Amino acid sequence: MLNANIAAAETAGKAVAASGWFLENAWLIWLFPAVSFLLILLFGKRFPRGGSEIGIAAVGASFVFSLLTAIQWISEVEGGAGGALTQSITWLTNDGQAIGAGIMIDGLAVMMIFVVTVVSLLVHIYSTDYVAGDRRYTHFFAFLSLFTASMLFFVTASTTLQMLVGWELVGVCSFVLIGHWWEEKDNSDAALKAFFTNRVGDMGLIIGVSILFFGAGTFSVIGVNEAAITGSMSHTVTLAAALCLTAAVISKSGQFFLHTWLPDAMAGPTPVSALIHAATMVVAGIFMVARLYGVFFEGFSIGGSSINTLALIGGLTTLVGATLAFVQNDIKRVLAYSTVSQLGYMVLALGVGAWTAALFHLFTHAFFKACLFLGSGSVSHAVHSFDMKKDMGGLRKAMPHTYRTFMIGTVALAGLPIMSGFWSKDEILVGTGGWGLFGGTGGNGAYTVMLAMGMVTAALTGAYMTRVVYLTFFGEFRGHGTPHESGPRITVPLWILGGLAIVAGFINFPAGFQLVPASWEEKFLHWVEPVGVSYFPTIKHATPSWTLAIVSVIVALIGIGAAYYYYFVRVRAVSPVATELPDGPTSRSAVARLGHRILVNKYYLDWLYTTVIVGFVKGPLAKAAYWTNQNVIDRVVNEAGTRSVQAGNIVYHKVDQLVVDGIVNATGKISDSSGEELRRIQTGKVQQYAAIMFAAATILAGIFIIVI
Amino acid sequence: MYLNEMLLLGAVLFCIGVYGVLARRNGVLVLMSIELILNAVNINLVAFGAFHDTVQGQIFALFVITVAAAEVGIGLAIVLLLYRNRRSIDLDQVDLMKG
Amino acid sequence: MGEFLNDWGLSIPTFLPIIGAAVMLLIPKDREQLHKLIALATTVVVAVFGLLLLIQFIDNDNYGALNFVVDKGWIDVIDSRYIMGIDGISLPLMLLTMLIVPLCVIYSWNHFPEPHNPKAFLMLLLILETGMIGTFAAQDLILFFVFFEVVLLPMYFMIGVWGGENRRYAAIKFFLFTLFGSALMLVSFLALYFLADSSTFDMRLLPEAAAGIAKSSQVWVFGGMFLGFGIKVPMFPFHTWLPDAHTEAPTVGSVILAAVLLKLGTYGFVRIAIPILPEAAAEWAPFIGLLAVIGIIYGALGCLAQRDLKRLVAFSSVAHMGFVMLGIATLTDFGINAAVFGMVAHGLITGMLFFLAGSVKERYHTLDMSRLGGLLVQAPRMGWILGFCAMASLGLPGLAGFWGEFPAILASYNPAAVLAEETFRSYMVIAALGTVLAAGYLLWMLQKTAFGTPREEFANDPHVHDATVSEYMAWAPLLILILVLGVYPHLLFGATDPAVINSLSECLDSSTSGACFDAAAGK
Repeated sequence: MLNANIAAAETAGKAVAASGWFLENAWLIWLFPAVSFLLILLFGKRFPRGGSEIGIAAVGASFVFSLLTAIQWISEVEGGAGGALTQSITWLTNDGQAIGAGIMIDGLAVMMIFVVTVVSLLVHIYSTDYVAGDRRYTHFFAFLSLFTASMLFFVTASTTLQMLVGWELVGVCSFVLIGHWWEEKDNSDAALKAFFTNRVGDMGLIIGVSILFFGAGTFSVIGVNEAAITGSMSHTVTLAAALCLTAAVISKSGQFFLHTWLPDAMAGPTPVSALIHAATMVVAGIFMVARLYGVFFEGFSIGGSSINTLALIGGLTTLVGATLAFVQNDIKRVLAYSTVSQLGYMVLALGVGAWTAALFHLFTHAFFKACLFLGSGSVSHAVHSFDMKKDMGGLRKAMPHTYRTFMIGTVALAGLPIMSGFWSKDEILVGTGGWGLFGGTGGNGAYTVMLAMGMVTAALTGAYMTRVVYLTFFGEFRGHGTPHESGPRITVPLWILGGLAIVAGFINFPAGFQLVPASWEEKFLHWVEPVGVSYFPTIKHATPSWTLAIVSVIVALIGIGAAYYYYFVRVRAVSPVATELPDGPTSRSAVARLGHRILVNKYYLDWLYTTVIVGFVKGPLAKAAYWTNQNVIDRVVNEAGTRSVQAGNIVYHKVDQLVVDGIVNATGKISDSSGEELRRIQTGKVQQYAAIMFAAATILAGIFIIVI
Repeated sequence: MYLNEMLLLGAVLFCIGVYGVLARRNGVLVLMSIELILNAVNINLVAFGAFHDTVQGQIFALFVITVAAAEVGIGLAIVLLLYRNRRSIDLDQVDLMKG
Repeated sequence: MGEFLNDWGLSIPTFLPIIGAAVMLLIPKDREQLHKLIALATTVVVAVFGLLLLIQFIDNDNYGALNFVVDKGWIDVIDSRYIMGIDGISLPLMLLTMLIVPLCVIYSWNHFPEPHNPKAFLMLLLILETGMIGTFAAQDLILFFVFFEVVLLPMYFMIGVWGGENRRYAAIKFFLFTLFGSALMLVSFLALYFLADSSTFDMRLLPEAAAGIAKSSQVWVFGGMFLGFGIKVPMFPFHTWLPDAHTEAPTVGSVILAAVLLKLGTYGFVRIAIPILPEAAAEWAPFIGLLAVIGIIYGALGCLAQRDLKRLVAFSSVAHMGFVMLGIATLTDFGINAAVFGMVAHGLITGMLFFLAGSVKERYHTLDMSRLGGLLVQAPRMGWILGFCAMASLGLPGLAGFWGEFPAILASYNPAAVLAEETFRSYMVIAALGTVLAAGYLLWMLQKTAFGTPREEFANDPHVHDATVSEYMAWAPLLILILVLGVYPHLLFGATDPAVINSLSECLDSSTSGACFDAAAGK
């Protein structure tokens, strides 16, 4: 884009295209970190702070630009212009047609740019302390820069081809950063697993993009969406493309049955987990669905249905992720499963047609989950471990800042009112449209099952986060040494993210709740969701309801309450250093003494909460889920790997070396042995040769005479 | 013209030459036998030339004599070298080209 | 300047290396430094010529047609003429050759493989260069054939003399395999000469002249070319010479083999077989496509079974050339563009990988991956370059390999109108699976060699050091090109596209069936 001609901005659809210097030059935003990557790689070691200052400066510049872009965009939208701004240059020519590359700036892109640069900047600052003294400090920052550039390139892409490029590039950065400490085989295994699993999904992306290219005749995001919406691309083709792309989403965004790489990816440094495996890269799948929503909406017939592939996958993922989060002792793994679960929420929302709700949740989740991850990093920085049961406990006094910000993140994740998570989660539940029960209207279909799944997850989320908080910050310290609060370069980003986790929800107050003036309601929707453009399907918006909001809060509180009772009351009563009940649910069997015990056990509410609900969820269910995860799904992946190596061995040793090569060698052998026979004639004796010659000449002469 | 007699003489010389080439072990004798063969050919050429009353036969015979001289020169050189290296000119012992 | 280049621009760089080799012949063997200098100077001059040609080519701005055409009488008896000329398809491959050879000279500057003898080694290299450049420039079938064969002998000696333990076997295998193919190819060329409407070997005229040949004969003639070119590519099941030749060949030999020699086969398909015999190509295409995807999966599985680093890279060539052949088999502009890009990208990337394998071997004296490990610790820069190349090889977007693979997959979704869509769509899925396997074996290779900590036997080995100056000089241009072409593929597609369209639309005119290949016209 530096030297090439910039094509005139094309207007898309009916809405007037936005314009403005920062919008038109948004490609600078990804260029800064891209340049910084090269600079750090080439010269980073010569800088006093090992190149980290270049990275921070570049990402800082990107952040300022993205902020200005956002402001300009908002003013354009408020001014009535809402169409996407696109610019492109010729990237390659094929078949005589030029295939462009460029930027597409609309509400979605602006929102993503903002999220990525904010989290990335904070993670950069945080990392200067966290990985200080690391053996590959410079290299770490180089790849953080490259990741940021790739992610920004991805979210501003104007063609599916560019999205494919960005998609794979972030995957590589993730691979490199997970394997940052590649000396240990576990880490490089995790990195390989992540890359490989993603590659499986990429296959879907490659095929999906190909189908869309020939279906719509273009790589352009706008063109593809328009073709799907107007029906110029047949429904079969659209559905096929949507299914292929869903495969990509499943792998990249850690959806159920390919989510196993995400917890393993926690082998990377914690800032990487926060940036890549919580806030930004893993939501690439969500972004892609949102970007090509025309294809998904039409392909899966989301409007007017009650179940579809996307929604079902999302729903299952939320449940699977949330249940698995119970049995983890590694704090980062809990958060990883929680991320899986929350990503499931977003996919569910997209599946039921709640486009804005999904992206709003993406927006809020990025902040509170990054806050939680960085908080867990701060804790581990102090105790040099991630094991909650062995090395943590009672840290709330030693690490007050970390504790407070972690609590903010927890409450936001659990979806309690005022916090950002509450507003976004509630919108998703509203968007399912399956809540006639609670007296609401609107929505794209009747996704009752999805509503139920969302509700259950809300309770589970509250419960497992309560467990984490107890094991980490309450009770007494079980580790070694005396933990100290981390330095300001760690706590300041924590507080900023904590603050965002609180206020991020305020930009999309539900309409009709009359909490704030009407002009403050649904700002996020207004800014982000395209209206009156040809590349976005007509989706219906559900009307928010107080009833649903209250019910969902109660559900979350039930989850929290149950876990609170188990840990804060029961476990703590045993001992401040205990992590579980010694006379746990296993030692009980109470059928005969049931009647007697009902009263003794206070109508078994206690038992119901601790043993049945928490115990079942925590015990068999989660264990079974985890067992399935480790022994069935994981094994399939591993088996597939082992089998293909075996197949490779068979093919190589049997077929290639014996059959195919054998034929070749046989031809050589035959010529060799015939030569062996013939060489006997060559005695080396001149007179024999002469005799043969004369004999032959005589015979020939004889023939000559006879014939003629 | 005694064409038949000339051809008979040529055939006899040729047969003696072939016998010499095939049967003698002595390199020099083999060379001499080759000379015999060539001279048999020469006689035929001259005889036919005279018979048809043309000079081509004699001219061709001159060429053959020249080539034969060169051939004997090289052949004797080889035999000489053989003798120097092996102290023998027995052709049966010379089978370096054996496959 | 333009005038001079038009007349001599192709002939001089083609024959200059041979002249260089002749000069070296006159110089005694022990003046090694002089030999190196002469070889370097010759190849650099050729590269400069390449640069001038490129500039003039851009200036002419006529990528679709032949530039710098020279047409002189040669062997009148058989109507074979000395015709040279390049278009957008040949140009990149020729430039690749002109780039690779000087890099090979630089790389081997201080470490010639045993039994040393730089004079002979460099002379062979120069003769090879003449053959390769000539093949890409020739526009007459006999001339093409001569250059095609000139390449064979130097390579045979390079493997047979400077190779590894099993070098004789590998060299003979390579030689016989390719000779067998080219014999059949020559028969096909002669058949074309006798069957075509006008007796000519001129590639520019043949597409039209060959249109009158009966379809059944076309299929047979194409079959001969298929064997000749297919063995060179190499396609499954003719690939078995490749791993042996690569494993045994000296580093520079492997690099040239991978970077240029394999392309002679695919180039033959694009330049000769398909434009001249389009109808037969349509008959053969599903079969070629099938062999191509088998090659992709098969090569990948072969890689997974390897313990030897160099052999793994060799098998990955089989897979990558499968993508190239798949692109060609679609008979669309898209596919063939992808194929040409794939050839260049494979040349750069696999060439680099062989350079690296050679350098690893030099340091560790083994390529057994179970003994390697921790390259990143002992030679970090080399380790990162290896990682970069592995990523490029597995088709990472933003690096050159991607633009050979993805468009080939894309094109097979929508092959030429005469071909069955279902067949090629299933090929597409298989090929996409191949990209997953590629990630598998390359990452596994990377993990085995680069990650982890060094084994005890090498931990304190003084031989293991990071890349040297001559290595950097040889690698830098390749690495930069891999990146630049990956970031801005228009550089290459812009040149190849008009030429590919030309070569295919010519077939469209000459095809009697009328329903020829342009997918865009069909759908």
